[in-house]
Amino acid sequence: MHEMSLCEGILQVLENSAEAQGFQRVKSVWLEIGQLAGVEQSALEFSFDVVTRGTLAENAALNIINIPADAWCLPCAKAVEIHQRFDPCPDCGSHQLQVQGGDEMRIKELEVE
Amino acid sequence: MVQIEQDILSKNNQYASANRQWLAQRGILALNLVSSPGSGKTTLLTRTINDLKDSQTMTVIEGDQQTVNDAERIRATGARALQINTGKGCHLDGHMVGHALEKLQPENDSILFIENVGNLVCPASFDLGEAHKVAILSVTEGEDKPLKYPDMFHAADLMLLNKIDLLPYLNFDVEACIANARRVNPKIRVLQVSATTGEGMDTWYSWLAATRQLVGLGQ
Repeated sequence: MHEMSLCEGILQVLENSAEAQGFQRVKSVWLEIGQLAGVEQSALEFSFDVVTRGTLAENAALNIINIPADAWCLPCAKAVEIHQRFDPCPDCGSHQLQVQGGDEMRIKELEVE
Repeated sequence: MVQIEQDILSKNNQYASANRQWLAQRGILALNLVSSPGSGKTTLLTRTINDLKDSQTMTVIEGDQQTVNDAERIRATGARALQINTGKGCHLDGHMVGHALEKLQPENDSILFIENVGNLVCPASFDLGEAHKVAILSVTEGEDKPLKYPDMFHAADLMLLNKIDLLPYLNFDVEACIANARRVNPKIRVLQVSATTGEGMDTWYSWLAATRQLVGLGQ
């Protein structure tokens, strides 16, 4: 639902980088999106198209790299992979998990000219 | 190729950090109140302000898509309130709240309630600079709501289970609801309240007083 604002955030980062690094056009964007980031990929692609129209990133290819989520299980004292915030530890079934990664939303790299 | 490695929300997070610093310098406790529409956020706030206004200064930033109804309800208690209409937006962001702080100018050592847009999805991702997110869930909603909207209940430090005066008329399993909230957030605190009858509100006031004191110690 907020993918449109995320894309506006992406565009701001692109515009600022273009100014700082002296490029005119963005041809491809690589994003790292964690599994728990609450981002709907198709909505993000749609919004990116709309938001970048008439900008330096018009028609840029959007590549999304999915980052799996992991958590620290307190009873097992080890890192485990989870898919949802309410997943139990796959080994011991406990919910005493500290989510460590998987909510990132990062612009990783750009192809520019 | 250009390596960027920048958070998409970095812009919002910068605004939020600036807000947090601004609030900390003034000893203001800011709470971001999040819930679905109709959970009783505004009633909870008006009751809280009426009960505490003799001993505590409080201001309110109201976020809604449209209308100034909520800010008017707050102002009727005598507290200062500022309405932000997000228009098409589904959440408040750090930038909007920064502007609101400039306009509202909450008093030093006060409590600032930021009533977010009624939405359990997007406001979870946008830091406003608050000290805590407080999720309000009413018992007329399902006890599985923390599982349906896990991001929000994960982001909140406190859950207020509101409208408990209605429990005799509903099939709502309080224990199951709290267990569901703990599944997504093992360290969430839960208080059971009724903003209408006042039941349990003293526990919320104790939490507010203790949290307010911590802000003072940090100064």
